Amino acid sequence: MTTHAHDHERSAEVSNRVKRLVAELERRDVLEESALDAVVESFLLNATPANGKRAVARAWSDAGFKERLLDDASAAVAEIGVDMSHWAPVKLRAVENTARRHNLIVCTLCSCYPIALLGPSPVWYKSEAYRSRAVRDPRGVLAEFGVKLAPDVDIAVWDSTAETRYIVLPARPPETENLSEDELAALVTRNGMIGTALA
Amino acid sequence: MQFNLGDRVRTRLKNPEGHTRLPAYLRGRIGRIERVVGAFPFSDERAAGHTAAKPQTLYTVCFAGRDVWGDDAQAATISADLFESYLEPLT
Repeated sequence: MTTHAHDHERSAEVSNRVKRLVAELERRDVLEESALDAVVESFLLNATPANGKRAVARAWSDAGFKERLLDDASAAVAEIGVDMSHWAPVKLRAVENTARRHNLIVCTLCSCYPIALLGPSPVWYKSEAYRSRAVRDPRGVLAEFGVKLAPDVDIAVWDSTAETRYIVLPARPPETENLSEDELAALVTRNGMIGTALA
Repeated sequence: MQFNLGDRVRTRLKNPEGHTRLPAYLRGRIGRIERVVGAFPFSDERAAGHTAAKPQTLYTVCFAGRDVWGDDAQAATISADLFESYLEPLT
């Protein structure tokens, strides 16, 4: 069987299990499906990479915000209207790329990811190949994404194994001094905030 | 709270039957406490169905690549969020 067909089969199996679980919880009056829908919908409606891009652009143009973002990212993104409290008590942490250090985010155990700031995660982020190789061969993985780092740049890999959700603060691109915050936000990519691109 | 910033710790070398958030590649490895994240319900107990799992301190622990993969490791650090009971002090 091809990997693709296998993925489909596994995904169907998981959604069937979820359906049975929801049905059972409803039968026992633990929850109503409509309540569950409302939570998922309000979460996903507001979860978009535009949030992350705004946070990065603000950090690039406002030194005070950048300091607060690196110190307590959950509180800092609340300033721009992003709520990290959801239903799970996660802590957002921003890690800064510098001339000497490049950051890369992964979740080797599953696919933990700051959905509120980056939207639903890309398929490759959830793949076993990325999850296993990002911690063993980060330089090789980055090269495949087209990110060539100078040999003297250290790599910091962040494995999101528990309650912290990591986001990379990329370095501000050169010659962008005259750009507005909106123009800066347009330069930021989702991959840049995972660490698989430079901006 | 047992550990402070900068403390050297060793992750426990164990293979529990149930769910754990200590990845296999980080078992029995030496690292350093990089940040105290806070107290959270212990994931392994929660997964076992204990809805009132006792909160445990969660730390970000930073490992040098060579302490995880050996001498041919790349110049990289790996940091992971690990619960206190995954860690033992290193003197």
